[in-house]
Amino acid sequence: MLHVLYLSGVILLFVSLKTFPSVSSFHVFQYCLSGHPTLPCNVLKFKSTTIMLDCGLDTTSVLNFLPLPLVHSPRLSKLPGWVSKDGTLNLEKKELLDLSTIDVILISNYHCMMALPYITEHTGFTGTVYATEPTLQIGRLLMEELVNFMERVPKAQSATCWKNKEIQRMLPGPLKDAVDVWTWKRSYSMQEVNSALSKVQLVGYSQKVELFGAVQVSPLSSGYSLGSSNWIIQSHHEKVSYVSGSSLLTTHPQPMDQSSLKNSDVLILTGLTQMPTANPDGMLGEFCSNLAMTIRAGGNVLVPCYSSGVIYDLLECLYQFIESANLGTTPFYFISPVANSSLEFSQIFAEWLCHNKQSKVYLPEPPFPHAELIQTNKLKHYPSIHGDFSSEFRQPCVVFTGHPSLRFGDVVHFMELWGKSSLNTIIFTEPDFSYLDALAPYQPLAMKCVYCPIDTRLNFHQVSKLLKEVQPLHVVCPEQYTQPPLTQSHRSDLMLELQPPPMPYRRCSVLNLPFRRRYERVYIMPELANSLVPSEIKPGISLATVSAVLHSKDNKHTLQSVPKPPPVPPSKKRKRVIEEPPVVLAPKPLLSGAVPLEAFLATLQKHGITEVKVEETADGHILHLQAEDTLIQLEEDGTHIVCDNNEPLRTTLRDLVLRFLQKL
Amino acid sequence: RSCILVSIGGKNIMLDCGMHMGYNDDRRFPDFSYITQNGRLTDFLDCVIISHFHLDHCGALPFMSEMVGYDGPIYMTHPTKAICPILLEDFRKITVDKKGETNFFTSQMIKDCMKKVVPLNLHQTVQVDDELEIKAYYAGHVLGAAMVHIKVGSESVVYTGDYNMTPDRHLGAAWIDKCRPDILISESTYATTIRDSKRCRERDFLKKVHESIERGGKVLIPVFALGRAQELCILLETFWERMNLKAPIYFSTGLTEKANHYYKLFITWTNQKIRKTFVQRNMFEFKHIKAFDRSYADNPGPMVVFATPGMLHAGQSLQIFKKWAGNEKNMVIMPGYCVQGTIGHKILNGQRKLEMEGRSTLDVKLQVEYMSFSAHADAKGIMQLIRMAEPRNMLLVHGEAVKMEFLKGKIEQEFSIDCYMPANGETVTVTTNPSVPVDISLNLLKREMALGGPLPDPKKPRTMHGTLIMKENSLKLVSSEQALKELGLNEHQLRFTCRVQLQDPHSDTDTLHRIYTHLKSVLKGYTIQHLPDGTVMVESIVIKVSSSTEDPNTKVLLLSWSYQDEDLGSFLSTLLKKGLPSGLC
Repeated sequence: MLHVLYLSGVILLFVSLKTFPSVSSFHVFQYCLSGHPTLPCNVLKFKSTTIMLDCGLDTTSVLNFLPLPLVHSPRLSKLPGWVSKDGTLNLEKKELLDLSTIDVILISNYHCMMALPYITEHTGFTGTVYATEPTLQIGRLLMEELVNFMERVPKAQSATCWKNKEIQRMLPGPLKDAVDVWTWKRSYSMQEVNSALSKVQLVGYSQKVELFGAVQVSPLSSGYSLGSSNWIIQSHHEKVSYVSGSSLLTTHPQPMDQSSLKNSDVLILTGLTQMPTANPDGMLGEFCSNLAMTIRAGGNVLVPCYSSGVIYDLLECLYQFIESANLGTTPFYFISPVANSSLEFSQIFAEWLCHNKQSKVYLPEPPFPHAELIQTNKLKHYPSIHGDFSSEFRQPCVVFTGHPSLRFGDVVHFMELWGKSSLNTIIFTEPDFSYLDALAPYQPLAMKCVYCPIDTRLNFHQVSKLLKEVQPLHVVCPEQYTQPPLTQSHRSDLMLELQPPPMPYRRCSVLNLPFRRRYERVYIMPELANSLVPSEIKPGISLATVSAVLHSKDNKHTLQSVPKPPPVPPSKKRKRVIEEPPVVLAPKPLLSGAVPLEAFLATLQKHGITEVKVEETADGHILHLQAEDTLIQLEEDGTHIVCDNNEPLRTTLRDLVLRFLQKL
Repeated sequence: RSCILVSIGGKNIMLDCGMHMGYNDDRRFPDFSYITQNGRLTDFLDCVIISHFHLDHCGALPFMSEMVGYDGPIYMTHPTKAICPILLEDFRKITVDKKGETNFFTSQMIKDCMKKVVPLNLHQTVQVDDELEIKAYYAGHVLGAAMVHIKVGSESVVYTGDYNMTPDRHLGAAWIDKCRPDILISESTYATTIRDSKRCRERDFLKKVHESIERGGKVLIPVFALGRAQELCILLETFWERMNLKAPIYFSTGLTEKANHYYKLFITWTNQKIRKTFVQRNMFEFKHIKAFDRSYADNPGPMVVFATPGMLHAGQSLQIFKKWAGNEKNMVIMPGYCVQGTIGHKILNGQRKLEMEGRSTLDVKLQVEYMSFSAHADAKGIMQLIRMAEPRNMLLVHGEAVKMEFLKGKIEQEFSIDCYMPANGETVTVTTNPSVPVDISLNLLKREMALGGPLPDPKKPRTMHGTLIMKENSLKLVSSEQALKELGLNEHQLRFTCRVQLQDPHSDTDTLHRIYTHLKSVLKGYTIQHLPDGTVMVESIVIKVSSSTEDPNTKVLLLSWSYQDEDLGSFLSTLLKKGLPSGLC
């Protein structure tokens, strides 16, 4: 699945991690559906540094499997293995990229780091992972949630399902016979998560991080989520921008830093909106009105969502909406093992928030209004449906819970509970999963379904505007962005049209980035710099010849003065060997210019050479120094001195000629 | 107080803008006439950086920006930006409203001044302009305290502000990377203290409070709403929990919630332990510390009260003080500096009879204690920071001269770097020796690296040669050939031809061969070729042989070389003039 092409210069290697082991210990097989440009995983080789850009875990494949109910569900377990028809399988071929050779991993946002333990653990990985603090903390929460979802499933239940030969028989060929299949699809443990995250080095926006002295990387605000970043990867003369999951909308995160992307040689573009036709604001309005309608009719609302991200915006929107819609008494529940942490963490990252929210902490007030919703008991959060929730739970209500795939997490319980009543509504807000596929195992379903995907990432219109602004020399993007979506093939506005056209990549492809590296930074040490003698060769242009010793250490090059040879101790032996060939310390510079006849003759005269016979030739002049019996041939691009047996004269003449020439 | 002006690479930066609280007159503020006699400071300063919210580091900021006049950027961290205006306003109230001073900044000036503030995130590289960049590091000391790295071109300065190298109850330890600045400007408050004496002082404080409570006394701790108050609250809170004490702790009204809120919102700036557990238990939500009501002051039994303001000059703290002063069982602990003229200052100076308004006097019988809790780096910490940053020069500020002298000696001895300790108003000039960044052509570099072999040989350094092209602001180092090409210059060939006569009774070809053998034995490590066209080539030097027309035994050697081989050519012509040694075959 991975092809490596080496061409000269910089090599970009794209790997899809979709084939990495996925989430469940026993139920979920890893499938690869279509390429997933919003969960990228690319590897950039740049100046002998191997940099992995993001490592998103594609969980769309879980849609092919049965939901994991928290309590045993007779209905679900009787369903035959449900496999989507177009499910194709790719076994992982990790050996094509040796993960232990990766020097650093740059994370752009918390959604794009979910595969981290698969890369850093048990692979020989010894590098460093760079991420911002919110990305690390919220990423940790999302991983913790995933592990929790998987580990709390009753064991007996999972074992029976796995043993269901029916399911395994229906799988495509390779999997049916795979012996060690269950080892590679085992979900990571909390221990592995902690170990993986201990390799994360925190960075701040615009922080310059030196990698081995060769490359400098720097995260920039991307405006998509708390702490989300685009990355600049540059040396003194080359600049690659990695744009992943960026947003220009005013939601809670700090606005996107666009100007720092300017002057890029290459811009790698990933993580555009998955819903190019859905306007997030419109979706938000639809979300609110559907929610209010259901509640008024006495039904419950189920919102399957991630525990961080858009949920903050949904809660903020509801905070403004509740009173006007007369929903003041409706309870809102947020159920997730990390619900409390997510809500708390969101309040402490003021530095990473938009200006409006940032200035709230100066008052001091919590940046997000969900603090007030919690304080006034309108919003309650629980780690799971067990415990306090079961006793405090009142209907009708609104429940935010995960996982948005409807395959595991507390949402499975609510689907079972509310699916049969047409009074209830499920509102999909996360764009990562097809809602029809998500719902399939629950059919027939009486519950109303509303699809309001909110994806704040850049759309094609915004991208082309952005690219016009920052003007990268070359754009590299997933091939999906270079053609309109399959279902809307007439929509040429739903693709990237650039001049020059973007360089598309597909999963496992390797691109050679169009760089011509021509220069490298070197530092001239002060002592040497002081000894240089520049001469002006043209107006505004000076030259100096440099003879120096090159020191290269940690990918930094310095030029130092040539050390003086130690004085040779006068020994007898030395004196005897007079035929010691010259030690060439500095080869002679190249010469340029011409020797003007009149001026040269005048100089000769000054040095006592008066008897000069000048003869004109086709290309110049021949000077005959009669007293010395020496010839000097002067031409436009050459001087030839013919002088026998008179070394002092020859050197004098040489020096006189040199006076008229430029040395370089 | 701190206010330092740094000129680096043509940029002027003001580091901190502190106020001296011991003075009531002009000396309170830094003397900005050092910078300019008349006119606004904007023209002279590229930026102002405030390290933390203590007034001896930011107290003169509104005076400088609004009254002297400065409109450029002022950098400080988010917590400093949040807390500093509150402290400034508090202080302004004391000086103007209570003491009726004029020529002081107003509330509006504080607000206007804060509008010029640009918040700074840790480790973020902020480009002030094209050349000047600054970067903040965590400094401990107080919430939001930062050290700054200032860089212009290849020259750089690190200013520490106040910092703390050991984590304390709510803050982490200062950290900086090996940034090798030209100058490290460090505070040196505790220049000679070697052990972390803060722990001892804390134990002392707890012991005193505990003793007082044990004997049924009441303890008053006058504080300002932010900073030290939270630190002491954490201290008492954990102590109460550990010792299972029941005596109530109160925090005077209004500010508690608000002040603690700052700490909650800036939890990322506290130490690792607090950050890790804040979801489960926020250290700044105190269980034992409750809001104070003025009626509680008369309650019987022991209690601890934190009350504002911190210098006992007005308000609740003064009221409580008046009530409790007469009982020797009670205690007042002053955790900070007091301005002259305040009651706090008087009682700290041992005054036992106070004149109050309305000619009444107050006998002070309660115990008076002074304790400073500020977290500063001790000598060990300062040395540790020097090891971290590896500066080329050291500059000590903010400390007592005698102690600094001692530390200076130690630094110079251990790190063999120059250490300066300027007095107020003194200027120190440190000359840097910057290397010159140049763009080298990759071809030249690669060629050189390939020739150099895989391992460097320190005994035989290889010399590389190139031409430096200086054009406008760019410096490019290329091979000489490339330089000619790039500048469109013609190459001028300088050649030499030299005839040498030689007595050698052999045929021409034999002579040539003899020369070849001779040179082979003399010139080790050179390329010598005997070409079929009847020439010998030494590197690019051509040697031909012909017999003299008169005497066949006299050979005429024709040597021809270019200027690039001048040394060798000159050597060869001299060598061959001496003739060939006999014994050659």
